[in-house]
Amino acid sequence: MEKPTSVAVRKMDYEAIIGLEVHAELLTASKMFCGCSAKFGAPPNQNTCPVCLGLPGALPVLNRRAVEFAIRAGLATNCRIELFSRWARKNYFYPDLPKGYQISQYELPICVGGWLTLDTEEGEKRIRLARIHMEEDTGKNIHDAQVDASLVDFNRSGVPLLEIVSEPDMRTPQEASAYLRKLRQILQYLEICDGNMEEGSFRCDANVSVRPRGSEALGTKVEIKNMNSFRHVERAIEFEIGRQVRALREGEPLVQETRLWDPEREVTRSMRTKEYAHDYRYFPEPDLPPVRLNREWIEAIRQSLPELPDARRSRFVQQYGLPAYDAEVLTSRRDLADYFEAVVASGASPKAASNWVMGDILRVVRERELDRHLRIDQWPVAPNFLAQLIQLIESGTISGKIGKTVFARMLETNRAPEEIVRTEGLVQITDEGALLSEIQQVLAENPDKVAQYRSGKEKLFGFFVGQVMKRTAGKANPQKVNELLRSLLESS
Amino acid sequence: MLEPIWQPLAQVAKELDAGRLSSVELTTQVLHHIEATEPKIHSFLTLTPETALEEARAADERRARGERGPLLGVPIAVKDVILTKGVRTTAASRILENFVAPYDATVIRRLREAGAVFLGKLNCDEFAMGSSTENSAFGPTYNPWNLQRVPGGSSGGSAAAVAAGQCFAALGTDTGGSIRQPAACCGIVGVKPSYGRVSRYGLIAYASSFDQIGPMARTVADCALVLEIIAGRDPRDATSAAQPVPRYSAELERPLRGLRLALPQECFGEGVQAEVRDAVLSAVRWFESQGVAVVETSLPHSRYAVPTYYLVATAEASSNLARYDGVRFGLRLAEEAGLLTMYGRTRASGFGAEVKRRIMLGTYALSAGYYDAYYLKALKVRTLVRRDFEAAFTRADVVAMPTAPTTAFRLGEKTGDPLQMYLSDIFTIAANLAGLPALSLPCGFDQEGLPIGLQLVGRPFQEAQLLAAAHAYEQAHPWKSQHPSL
Repeated sequence: MEKPTSVAVRKMDYEAIIGLEVHAELLTASKMFCGCSAKFGAPPNQNTCPVCLGLPGALPVLNRRAVEFAIRAGLATNCRIELFSRWARKNYFYPDLPKGYQISQYELPICVGGWLTLDTEEGEKRIRLARIHMEEDTGKNIHDAQVDASLVDFNRSGVPLLEIVSEPDMRTPQEASAYLRKLRQILQYLEICDGNMEEGSFRCDANVSVRPRGSEALGTKVEIKNMNSFRHVERAIEFEIGRQVRALREGEPLVQETRLWDPEREVTRSMRTKEYAHDYRYFPEPDLPPVRLNREWIEAIRQSLPELPDARRSRFVQQYGLPAYDAEVLTSRRDLADYFEAVVASGASPKAASNWVMGDILRVVRERELDRHLRIDQWPVAPNFLAQLIQLIESGTISGKIGKTVFARMLETNRAPEEIVRTEGLVQITDEGALLSEIQQVLAENPDKVAQYRSGKEKLFGFFVGQVMKRTAGKANPQKVNELLRSLLESS
Repeated sequence: MLEPIWQPLAQVAKELDAGRLSSVELTTQVLHHIEATEPKIHSFLTLTPETALEEARAADERRARGERGPLLGVPIAVKDVILTKGVRTTAASRILENFVAPYDATVIRRLREAGAVFLGKLNCDEFAMGSSTENSAFGPTYNPWNLQRVPGGSSGGSAAAVAAGQCFAALGTDTGGSIRQPAACCGIVGVKPSYGRVSRYGLIAYASSFDQIGPMARTVADCALVLEIIAGRDPRDATSAAQPVPRYSAELERPLRGLRLALPQECFGEGVQAEVRDAVLSAVRWFESQGVAVVETSLPHSRYAVPTYYLVATAEASSNLARYDGVRFGLRLAEEAGLLTMYGRTRASGFGAEVKRRIMLGTYALSAGYYDAYYLKALKVRTLVRRDFEAAFTRADVVAMPTAPTTAFRLGEKTGDPLQMYLSDIFTIAANLAGLPALSLPCGFDQEGLPIGLQLVGRPFQEAQLLAAAHAYEQAHPWKSQHPSL
């Protein structure tokens, strides 16, 4: 078993060079080259036809929407959009690849260059993109022990993918994961990819090499596959850097190879070395004409791009006066930012809205694992209801504490907070007469405790408050109770 | 009066329109004729007499309702590389021996709509790779003019069936000459349309940037009638062209005057059978006598056409044939022995020698380190071949040459020497490299009584002009009324 050397020692002498290749499944209604649904989760082989099954005689026809999505991604990441790009066949045999080749782009991809910026400890850092190209996804092999056979589900075969290739500009596992988060955030903002790493709609391979600090030459590059969460990406790269540094220190040779991340044992393992690397025999796809774009269409797409995460974050700070941290969290997901803005638009004060959204709403989102993009009507609580709740608290109609109760009831019943407060009698008791009589009752029932308090045992104040709250089912206005109780206890 | 089975399409449609003949009667006659001749010729891989008669009955009903059309109720047959729903479609390969097509090719759908009656599937070289139909996994087809001779290939079954009166027209496919060369060998007319003129959807791909489906029939007019039905843009084929489809059959009588014919000097030299050269030159002199201007031209890169073709076409084939892996359809062997063994055994047993040879050639041409020297270079030569034609078309409208250097050769004569076999296509391949329309029509017989083909090549999408020129020649010559005696 290989052990990574300690990070502290390593950091001083070596630096890692990291580049990432991301495969993002596009949210088009139909597949890349046929009319089948591209939706995830259908019964096996339901979304198939002669084209995506690679039957004899079938031919691909390009989905224009997928091209539009690729252009969106390119524009949002500062790429040059090529007016002429070409399809290529990538040839290899595997049961999940029905035609024996994948239709991809090779020499002439649709997007070239580009960059995105990360906030790192040392400030903003720009990570360059090499290219973005379009391709089709493969099917999925399922190894079924029950029938002692391998089965293939072709529902995913032909689903449009973007392959987004970074330059080797990252130096730490944390930067790599920050880049991935940023990229995913942008794709989600563009509404072209749902970014679900577990379901495989956002997948990542990493190229990692290390070199002595200060050296210009690149070390031997290793490709890591099979990382299906941000944490795995960080852990796998961390492990791999350690493994390579150790090899360099001990004078062991490093080979160019592909390694698989084993999430159970938290190690990478060799899958194939360079000698066994595939020769994909790329050549231009004769069944599809080249992609020719006109500038007007690209411009129209540029005009239709949504506000992107960085811009929105700055606006949240300026427009709503939110702390930078709040703005960061709220804009991390486009749907979350949309939801927050809907709550504010319904009349809630921005900071209170931010507290509720970042606190209670995100807690429920986590509990219910609502990590897909949520439409505005799919949130646990409708934005106008949350705004109402905030207003009920701010106007003093209910206490903050009752607010939490009302929120819980809203989750259960989907009813408006005003209605819950009204029908369940949760309106805060602020009427002094009513409160006074409750307090007097409590004092009358506990003469010994009153005496103890008056003789100096002031800790008992909390006991009296608790009793009043108990009698009023928590509805008593706590400030009022404090005031009245103190004056009663200290007056007589 | 000709027997109905030997009549041209337009003529037999008239008989059907007039009610002198029903499609059921016609189809029955044709089926009897097939039964009588098939043991000698073996042009069919699959016969579908029951569904043919059903289709004939349906066509008779459509005609009774007043519908008309040149193919309504007319029996035709289809090369077995084109998918016909519910019917076995083998590509003449063991690997697809039991493959029943789950959908219709676009050309089949169009012909069904026109009311054609489908007799069955025609023999060919395996995956359309060959020039003699000897590469069929299910035995060769014999030339109706001389049963010791090949019918040409790869659409040899189509050519032989048409020549033998087994159908009124057939669909063939042409990747490097596979319609024209067998048409020449069997004394019929075969048209390879411009690349993109006819949809390839549902055609089992051999070499995607070359393959075209085209009509084969006993007359030029019959080919025109079929072509105008199958041609045209297909949303399922991104390489199909949007150019409007003329009514070819209505343009056959275009006058020859003003036409300019070019003779490439390279096509009349060494290696061309003297009788072939003489027949083609005599046909050219006839055109000249009709006021056609004849100019000499040169296609200097045509000498590279065969090697260029065998790099690019095999490269595409190596990729196109990867899907026959035993996973989803077709032959599967040794599934219990693991994936690699299954792949290996399935493909080793499923493909014949020529198919394997071309897969290996193409795989080699695309391999890392060889791509630039072979595939890429071949693409460049392909461009040069196209430019040769463009230059020729600045001085002429049609290029004329022999379809094949010789008449039909003997079975077995070239099977031991693939390079000799490849040279059968030396005059046809250039039109595929350049994507041009071309046709072959009979222009005489050699001393052994074997037909000779004249090839005409035109500008892209100028099929109408080629057909009109061919039609004029055909009208002035007796070849079309001669049939093999079986």
